[in-house]
Amino acid sequence: MTARNPSPAPVPKSGPARDEQGRPTPIGSRRAMIECRDVHKYYGDYHALRGIDLTIREAEFFSLLGPSGCGKTTLLRTIAGFEDISSGVVLIDGRDMAKVPANARPTNMVFQSYAIFPHLTVAQNVAFGLRRDPRSRAEKAAAVDEALAMVGLKGYGARAAHALSGGQRQRVALARALILKPKVLLLDEPLSALDRKMREQMQVELIKLQRQVGITFVLVTHDQEEALVMSDRIAVMFEGEIAQLSYPEELYSRPVSRRVADFIGMMNFMPVRILGETDAGVRVEVPGFGEFDIPAANVSRADPGDPGPSVGFRPEAVTILYRDAPAPHRETPGIIEEVVYYGDMTYYDVRLDGAERPVRISMRNVFGRDIQDLGTRTRVSWSPGSLILFR
Amino acid sequence: MNGGAQGRGLRAYALLYLLFLYAPILLLPVFAFNSGTVVAFPLNSFTTEWFGQLWGNATLRRALFNSLTIAFSAAALATLLGMFAARASTRYRFAGKGTALGLIMLPLVLPEIIVGVSLLVVLLAVGIELSILTVIIGHTLICTPYAVAILTTAFASLDQSLEEAAQDLGESRWNAFRLVILPLVMPGILSSMLMSFTISLDEFIIAFFLAGSEPTLPTYIFSQLRFPKSIPMIMALGTVLVATSILLLALAEYFRRRGAARTGQTNSGGFL
Repeated sequence: MTARNPSPAPVPKSGPARDEQGRPTPIGSRRAMIECRDVHKYYGDYHALRGIDLTIREAEFFSLLGPSGCGKTTLLRTIAGFEDISSGVVLIDGRDMAKVPANARPTNMVFQSYAIFPHLTVAQNVAFGLRRDPRSRAEKAAAVDEALAMVGLKGYGARAAHALSGGQRQRVALARALILKPKVLLLDEPLSALDRKMREQMQVELIKLQRQVGITFVLVTHDQEEALVMSDRIAVMFEGEIAQLSYPEELYSRPVSRRVADFIGMMNFMPVRILGETDAGVRVEVPGFGEFDIPAANVSRADPGDPGPSVGFRPEAVTILYRDAPAPHRETPGIIEEVVYYGDMTYYDVRLDGAERPVRISMRNVFGRDIQDLGTRTRVSWSPGSLILFR
Repeated sequence: MNGGAQGRGLRAYALLYLLFLYAPILLLPVFAFNSGTVVAFPLNSFTTEWFGQLWGNATLRRALFNSLTIAFSAAALATLLGMFAARASTRYRFAGKGTALGLIMLPLVLPEIIVGVSLLVVLLAVGIELSILTVIIGHTLICTPYAVAILTTAFASLDQSLEEAAQDLGESRWNAFRLVILPLVMPGILSSMLMSFTISLDEFIIAFFLAGSEPTLPTYIFSQLRFPKSIPMIMALGTVLVATSILLLALAEYFRRRGAARTGQTNSGGFL
């Protein structure tokens, strides 16, 4: 997992969710754009949404993340107005959406298949939503050109829509939605049909576009990396419920449950014996690490399906010590059982002395650091603060 | 291409098969333009007299008018019903869907004589007088399965999101259908109309049972076969009908393929 920093987007002088100097205001202080209050959705006996409560704020890039069947697409379609809710309230910009059909909501959607109208040209597709716009023909044509330029398709207006590539279709879908200046843009797995390179390029472009237009984006995805890279905040969903709603950094470093930790990125789990509560937190014994206190802030919930309490840590949260380098924290000896080389990173499976199973540790291949050999005895540096207890 | 003895055998078989299928039809125009009144070789001289006779025959003109009326009406009705069925079967899931579709397609395999007799019995019992209207009803029944088959292909090839996308962009349900779905399935609709029209135009059994005293082209042809001197004229009529049928079917297939190309999918299925 490599986090990429998109090149900085051109910052508008002013606009929604920015202060007088044009700086973005903190998400938490912004006006609510979408509010879901105890939203339930049944399909017959199937309980697809089980009490969704969330607030998505103005000009926020928000992601609904979860495995397939978790209800994220249903929730998005509920916001768009394609699905009626069984109970609860959905507000958009403070207005109750209960009686508002999809075609009257201030939302527009980019569909997973893009849903480009194949019998129309690119320009006709983009202009589709302007049919009842009172502006003159010339003004509309100018708006279409502007929207196409915004998504990098300047001059494509006369092309037949069905002859476009996947990436181009997606851009047309974006232009077609954004030309209507919706309050909310809904994106249903928009990148899943693209190849990896195109996907990464579109991720960056979408972030830039969102900052440029200052519209609330709600993205549905099953790709945790995509969600981490793009979002201001993420709601992780399992089985029709929000398991955790937080900022990407917090979701990654402080998952509330083992299941969330497992879904977001890679995490090592080790069995743990809980010895008792102390002033410093929870006293535990972990085979390989020994006896120590885990800070109270690092205690999360175990899920009903878990095989008992466990401690977890990210592959980069501990370090392999080279030669006789002194340990900055605690150290534990072990043996390297597997080496996986990724170019910029190397993953080592290390079995700590006294542990049953190896743990995976990632090391950045910085200049001057050589790759450790299989079977090498090594020392691992760690600290109680880099471990999370799931109990 | 396989050049072996087996390949040659298969080619000869295919040739004979096609000859058996089409040679009788090829004879139609031959005798239609032959000046002799007996349908036999050797041929006499070339003539267009029989086509002239066709034109001058009032009963035949009435039969033609009836047949065209029936074919147009049945094609329109079958296509309309077919659209409802095709849309329901591709968009919605509901109890009894399989059974309903099976029953709609059943006339494809039912013996037409049974359909004809049953309809006759029911219509007489209800007290409806036989006319071209009753033939239209019967022909709609047998054309609908073809319409459903063609239109289901057309509707199934559509991305479900298209209609939602149109609504999302501000259109009502009806406008979403009119502006997006209708243009995309139009080739299918035309193809279904042409196919139904062709089937109705040369249908004999149901027309024979349900037309009452009104002639249609096929029943008229059948009635004239008793008179040897009108055989050449029937040959001319047959030539016109075959040419029209081939033309209409070719048109139907052209529209179906254009529809497939327009929505950017690979060409599969269809009747030709």
